[in-house]
Amino acid sequence: MRLSGFNEAAKQKVFSLQEYFALSAKSIGFIFRRPFYTQDVVQQMDAIGVQSLTIILLTGFFTGMVLALQTSVQLATFGATMYVGRLVTASMIRELGPVLAGLMVAGRVGSGIAAQLGSMRVTEQIDALNTLGTDPIKKLVTPRVLAALIMVPVLTIIGDVAGIVGGNVIASTYLGLPASLYWRTVWEQIASGGFVLRYIPIDFVHGLVKPFVFGAIIVTVACYLGLNTKGGTEGVGVATTRTVVVSSIMILIIDYFITQILLAVL
Amino acid sequence: MSEKPSEPDPSIVPEILPDEEPVTGKVVRPADEKLGDERRKLERGPAQKPHPEATPVVQVQNVSLAFDEPILEDVSFQANEGETVVVVGESGTGKSTILKLLLRLLVPDQGGVLIDGQDIVDLSFDEALEVRQKMGMVFQSAALFDSLTVFENVAYPLREHTELKEDEIEARVREKLEFVDLEADKVMSQMPAELSGGMRKRVGIARGMANNPEIMLYDEPTSGLDPLTTATITHLIMKLQKELSVTSIVVSHDIRSSFRMGTKIALLADRRIAYFGTPEDMRKQDDEYIGRFLGGY
Repeated sequence: MRLSGFNEAAKQKVFSLQEYFALSAKSIGFIFRRPFYTQDVVQQMDAIGVQSLTIILLTGFFTGMVLALQTSVQLATFGATMYVGRLVTASMIRELGPVLAGLMVAGRVGSGIAAQLGSMRVTEQIDALNTLGTDPIKKLVTPRVLAALIMVPVLTIIGDVAGIVGGNVIASTYLGLPASLYWRTVWEQIASGGFVLRYIPIDFVHGLVKPFVFGAIIVTVACYLGLNTKGGTEGVGVATTRTVVVSSIMILIIDYFITQILLAVL
Repeated sequence: MSEKPSEPDPSIVPEILPDEEPVTGKVVRPADEKLGDERRKLERGPAQKPHPEATPVVQVQNVSLAFDEPILEDVSFQANEGETVVVVGESGTGKSTILKLLLRLLVPDQGGVLIDGQDIVDLSFDEALEVRQKMGMVFQSAALFDSLTVFENVAYPLREHTELKEDEIEARVREKLEFVDLEADKVMSQMPAELSGGMRKRVGIARGMANNPEIMLYDEPTSGLDPLTTATITHLIMKLQKELSVTSIVVSHDIRSSFRMGTKIALLADRRIAYFGTPEDMRKQDDEYIGRFLGGY
């Protein structure tokens, strides 16, 4: 009896996983198929990208500052304070920039998408789309996926820059390093990682593959959970919370695997 | 999904209700057929098999559906062209499920659902989107898109499925809003959240009929409305049937308005159709449940 209950639960999990992948594949496939909801894409790029700008700038800037502050204490014991720029750059571009942007977008945008689609589900608006002959995935999910694929990498770059600038502020005020030296070490760090195709620093590849994947994960998880909302307004709350939890954890887990693959390949 | 007769099968009504004559006192055919009906048939493509009686537009044949527990068992009824069939029953008896079956948002475990003689049960997702364009649905909560204005809501099906130009769309939206007795100039730029329940429902009707569908589906059109608004909505549904001779399926538990607008009543009780026929005949039944359901009306 208990075993069959477990079986049932496992089957349910596998089934929803399968549904999730079907939804993701479909939404990405629709990017290339008519009709194109260009206006919706632009609107979502604004909602996902432009409106997240402030929190990305703030997170990036303060993370860069705190990184510089912390590492300078350690580096001072070796008399290597001048390398603070390299440390801040390496951590921001390769790891913290993409992950922090991902987590911030998951919290701000993922929850919003889940709440919006969830309430559209419980107020029958999703059914209405269907009955009006529109595929809700094409109309609602695809524009959001496309917007996230474009905007999350852009946000990451902005966050990276803000972080490195934040490091510079600490370096020049606290540590008395001249800005020219700081920025030279920044470039040294980027160049030291090596290049692919002669001109693209490997650090940049690391830093841009990740947000691309994170953007897709956040939006597809949010849309899947939002569209499958059950149980009225309470269900909307559940879907929202689950979206933030699931996508944040997925970001951290998948970040590890992407890093490992990229280190092996590049 | 055992048996799915590919031809419309009018024998189904007499089968479940031996005492119900499908043609009771209807004067219609020959005169009507020459004008509007003939044209509509042409527009609809392949014509139905010529039949002495009215053309069935919506047919539900021996449908059974269960999720965790059975919801519908062996449910059959049909709506002929221009008829309004009201599905009544207690709350939670699966009335709204029937509308979802007709729209193919759900697929029955057994039985067939025919729209214009075409079985929609085995259609692909894209084909189903196609069939849905023949139908206009009015939701219980109106289900207006709350990120769009009233104008954009009503224009939505037109923008999605027609090549109409912007000024033609505007003209059509105005026409539909005026049909449902709303002041187009006043409401067009408003957001759904700014409207009252009755107005929202009317906009929902306008959106449902924007694309000139041949079938209108209404889910509890009068629930949660005051008596006056209820009367207005009931009147609107009747006006749609009379002026545009749209075939309608209405799901309701409001017996008074059901009797006013229904040409046929289908009573759903205990997962089955307990009665299907005209309102007049329903009153004459001496079944105890029907008597209690009508509550002396």
